[in-house]
Amino acid sequence: MRVGLFITCLADLLRPSLARAARTLLALTGAEVVVPRRQTCCGQPALNAGDPATTRALALKLAREFADCDAVVLPSGSCAGTLRIHYPGLFAERPEAERRDIEALAARTHELAEFLDTRLPEVPGRHAGRVTYHDSCSGLRELGVKQAPRALLARVPGLELVEMMNAEDCCGFGGTFALKYGAISAAICDRKCAAIRASGAGTVTGGDLGCLMHLAGRLQRTGDTTTRVLHWAEIVAGTSGAQAWK
Amino acid sequence: MEVTSDKFRAAAARSLADTQLQRALARIPERFVAARARAAAEFGEFEQLRAAGAAIRERALARLDVLLERFEAEAVCRGASVHWAVDAAEANRIVLDIARGHGVRRIVKSKSMVTEECALNDALEAAGLAVLETDLGEYILQLARERPSHIIAPVIHKNREEVTELFSARHRRPRSTDIAALCQEAREILRPQFFAADMGISGANFLVAETGSVALFTNEGNGRLVTTLPRVHVAIAGIEKVVETLGELAALARLLPRSATGQAISNYFTLLTGVRGATESDGPEAFHIVLLDNGRSRLLGSELRPILRCIRCGACLNHCPVYQTVGGHAYGWVYPGPMGAVWTPALVGLERARELPEAATFCGQCQVACPVMIPLPDLLRRLRTRTTAEHLRPARERLALNLWGYAARHPRLYALLAAFAARVLYRLGRRRGWVRWLPLAAGWTATRDFPAGEGRTAREVLRRERGG
Ligand code: SF4
Repeated sequence: MRVGLFITCLADLLRPSLARAARTLLALTGAEVVVPRRQTCCGQPALNAGDPATTRALALKLAREFADCDAVVLPSGSCAGTLRIHYPGLFAERPEAERRDIEALAARTHELAEFLDTRLPEVPGRHAGRVTYHDSCSGLRELGVKQAPRALLARVPGLELVEMMNAEDCCGFGGTFALKYGAISAAICDRKCAAIRASGAGTVTGGDLGCLMHLAGRLQRTGDTTTRVLHWAEIVAGTSGAQAWK
Repeated sequence: MEVTSDKFRAAAARSLADTQLQRALARIPERFVAARARAAAEFGEFEQLRAAGAAIRERALARLDVLLERFEAEAVCRGASVHWAVDAAEANRIVLDIARGHGVRRIVKSKSMVTEECALNDALEAAGLAVLETDLGEYILQLARERPSHIIAPVIHKNREEVTELFSARHRRPRSTDIAALCQEAREILRPQFFAADMGISGANFLVAETGSVALFTNEGNGRLVTTLPRVHVAIAGIEKVVETLGELAALARLLPRSATGQAISNYFTLLTGVRGATESDGPEAFHIVLLDNGRSRLLGSELRPILRCIRCGACLNHCPVYQTVGGHAYGWVYPGPMGAVWTPALVGLERARELPEAATFCGQCQVACPVMIPLPDLLRRLRTRTTAEHLRPARERLALNLWGYAARHPRLYALLAAFAARVLYRLGRRRGWVRWLPLAAGWTATRDFPAGEGRTAREVLRRERGG
């Protein structure tokens, strides 16, 4: 099986350790893992900024670059949701050939945890202590990602998974919303930060880098330098050199 | 009513700084979100019920013209009069004419958002009529000269102490801070007014085509008094509120209170059909129903059509992280929260409400809670697309989007820019691993640090590990 890893633009720019973790874990499933070099962004920011034409162009570009992959895997619920849920709708009135390609792409798109859930034979990571998992909205409500990342985390030796209150509540990131309405975004985030601290976990994790950098950046700004923030894949992969955001 | 939705940002900032408001908003999750969740769980097959609710509303919209005409015919043959209003001004004129025709001087009202939409009270008062809101929350707001901040709990932004102050200033009675005593006080003030009124005005939760009935869900009982004691009753409803049968109404009756307040059924459920019959002891002598369009028929054939399913339960407000943080007034018109961010641009025009579709995280909690499964994030996305297409966003923002879009479509350029940005960020934040201020992302760094990254892009790192 040939698996194409779509790194996502945020991980590309800010979190190479997540890309390494994802590649490591995918390789463990026995699949042939490729990382197409011309990949950029899935176009989610354009879609949410009211520019579907750009997203359509990026969708076709992505479909071409991953045409020879049996599966396209993304370490992000919202990007996977863009490919699987939003792309097909954007092509409803486009030529048949384009529509077929995009629907085929959507059908073989997987969020990383969903893909690994039943396929990962062993868990290389080790972790001492409590971890709490934040359900990012798109992964949870668009794709139904809930149990898979928790199950993977539970397999990490030494890791104790604890649930925070209202784990499914939005953290306030919302893509460009975090830039346009920074003050509201941060105020929503403060409720999430309080829930994380109340959980007694020293580490918070999740499946969407946007939410994680928002959480980590807010914790940092409000003087919390002890709570660690990591993508769950970095914990499960035990990526050497994965510096937690804290 | 004045539209101030374009001042959302400033209003939101005031809301964030208002500690009293923040305390009030903090009650929403337990009072509404948890209550709805419990009610849905108790019901059991709530998801099927939501699907049924959506289908019922869709069916009604598909035959809106037919159902409205049937509603009119059935209502008229039971003694009611039906009036059609193209816009708010015409609705107000119709109500005023009805009042004049019946020699009305005193009016009592039960809670109705559609009359807020028309600013009906202002029109009636300007014509010299005495109008009294009798829903406790609306009564408080009338005394305070404020507008509702929630479509179900209009006074949610106020606390008990404020109500105490208001009552003691206006009622000239001994102060009380006890909620039961405050309610009793309001009841004693309001009760005689119901008997003195010549006309009652209500909204309508639903219109039933097959019987020409108006359905009302209320919790305080004032709705019954308003619609049965005065000799004239006027009900005002948006044209989208019609359903075909009583059976369909029954399904929606299971859905609405559970979604709104977590109640299995509201304290009062009233079905008003026709005028008082010759052998009946209750009911008005004259029953007028005003059907308001005000832009709704235009939505039928538009990409925003699903919002017409809305049954005004308020669940999307309660579940919205933005509403929970800034409250309803910030949205600047009658309808707040996710539904308001669709209804307001839909009814007053996108150029006057362009900020509202932006004020959403697309978390999807509204869509999951909506009893008639309106895809609110999608509708907001469609509005954002229109905002961009109609050049209603600042030029700076459009430029950034276009440049980014261009780069993302050109992989070599993009790789170069990303590699450059990764290095700059790393330098800026090297000492701490965090950047405290970024000129191009000041909206971010005003409230959060920005991660400095690893100094290389992920693609560079992966390629190097592969040895090329
Ligand atoms: S949009 Fe849905 S959840 Fe919001 S008020 Fe209307 S019916 Fe209720």
